[in-house]
Amino acid sequence: MRINCPYCGPRGNEEFAYLGDATVRRPDPAAEDAAAQFYEYVYLRDNPAGSHRELWYHGGGCRSWLVVTRNIRTHEISDVAFADAGDKP
Amino acid sequence: MKYSAFALLREAFRGHRGWTPAWRKAEPKPHYDVVIIGGGGHGLATAFYLATEHGITNVAVLEKGYIGSGNAGRNTTIIRSNYLLPGNEPFYEWSMKLWEGLEQNLNYNAMVSQRGVLNLYHSDAQRDAFARRGNAMRLHGVDAELLHRDGVRRMVPFLDYDNARFPIHGGLLQRRGGTARHDAVVWGYARGADTRGVDIIENCEVTGLSIVNGRVTGVDTTRGTIRAKKVAMAVAGNTSRVAALAGLRLPIESHVLQAFVSEGIKPAIDCVVTFGAGHFYISQSDKGGLVFGGDIDGYNSYAWRGNLPIVEDVLEEGMAIWPGLGRIRMLRFWGGLMDMSMDGSPIIDRTPVDGLYLNAGWCYGGFKATPASGWCFAHLVARDEPYPVAAALRLDRFATGALIDERGAGAQPNLH
Repeated sequence: MRINCPYCGPRGNEEFAYLGDATVRRPDPAAEDAAAQFYEYVYLRDNPAGSHRELWYHGGGCRSWLVVTRNIRTHEISDVAFADAGDKP
Repeated sequence: MKYSAFALLREAFRGHRGWTPAWRKAEPKPHYDVVIIGGGGHGLATAFYLATEHGITNVAVLEKGYIGSGNAGRNTTIIRSNYLLPGNEPFYEWSMKLWEGLEQNLNYNAMVSQRGVLNLYHSDAQRDAFARRGNAMRLHGVDAELLHRDGVRRMVPFLDYDNARFPIHGGLLQRRGGTARHDAVVWGYARGADTRGVDIIENCEVTGLSIVNGRVTGVDTTRGTIRAKKVAMAVAGNTSRVAALAGLRLPIESHVLQAFVSEGIKPAIDCVVTFGAGHFYISQSDKGGLVFGGDIDGYNSYAWRGNLPIVEDVLEEGMAIWPGLGRIRMLRFWGGLMDMSMDGSPIIDRTPVDGLYLNAGWCYGGFKATPASGWCFAHLVARDEPYPVAAALRLDRFATGALIDERGAGAQPNLH
């Protein structure tokens, strides 16, 4: 599996560290139901068998956080972009 | 038919024409008391114990492929009960006790071999951690021995004891641990369940769950609709997909784990050895192949195959403890789908849907758990209450904070 880093170009996946699902969002700790929201945020995942947006860190290269869109059934990568502030863990 | 030395002798004189299939090719009936989704080791063991321990035989096991096509035929066949935490250790020890009586119970040769599981330690700090784990095991009545370097050397003399980075200082040994023939385990459970009236329905994929007023009433499959009073899920890497049919979102990610086997060689290693400075485990099959594996690839996957960096990583770890491995050719490697839970421990529990039960989160430790998983899941399904040794394996522990995190890695499935 090779990830086409927007900064470094195509690199082997051993240069990257995987964090996981990029669609979960850290909830507001001041919210009324913060405990329930944090439970979902920390533990529950869609785990789809298809297209998956996920966070990878290019620790062996430019040290950027990336949002990779990958088909989990085939490992085919359709999109790689820099993570923005909302995506970052 | 009962297998015995007499049956073997009789068939030898009859040209082996009298053997019958180990289980029927059952057709789905319109209604069952219990439908088990997933014909792997855990699902079949559940059906077997439902029939033998609870008298429930109007049961169907639905398998989307054929028996033995999933993780049951893809694991590295190690059985052990050397866990640290009180939520896990009694459960795995119950599994070990069931392994010890399994073949007589099933009337099937599962080739259970208690050849010993030896976990190597490579530093003083790791020795202390292993001593603690061994003591925890002994407090639960499980056998554990802390070996020093000479004790390990007597068992496996060919390891690299003076490796500059990972010198071997000793090991934690569980003599009752070992290996079992993985295919024979599912075949044996399938035959045992079938003999007692359970329908094993292969090539039957579940496509929907019928839920009326919060209660499950049946399943839609590629072979028609089947009504059921209770539905039990034991589908490993596909847990999230099947649970989504009931609208459930679970603390589980699917990951790929690779396993490896070498060409057959003469008997070289007569126990299971694990590398403590990384994650590597090796044993030798009765055919002579070295069977080994390491970490999961570390990213979500439903692909049944992994990537080369982990192949390199596993082989490097093998070479670090056993340089002779480099002279042996690798025969093949493959991948299986792991239902990685958020704390690295399994779940055997009810779900928010009445009549729907969950058996999941086995991470890469499902094979050794097969008998106890089936036993405890059958108890839960039959009586609606957990079997005592599985009482901590709850689905709501992630919300309540009563996690069972052996590794201490937190809610990061690729690190467990």
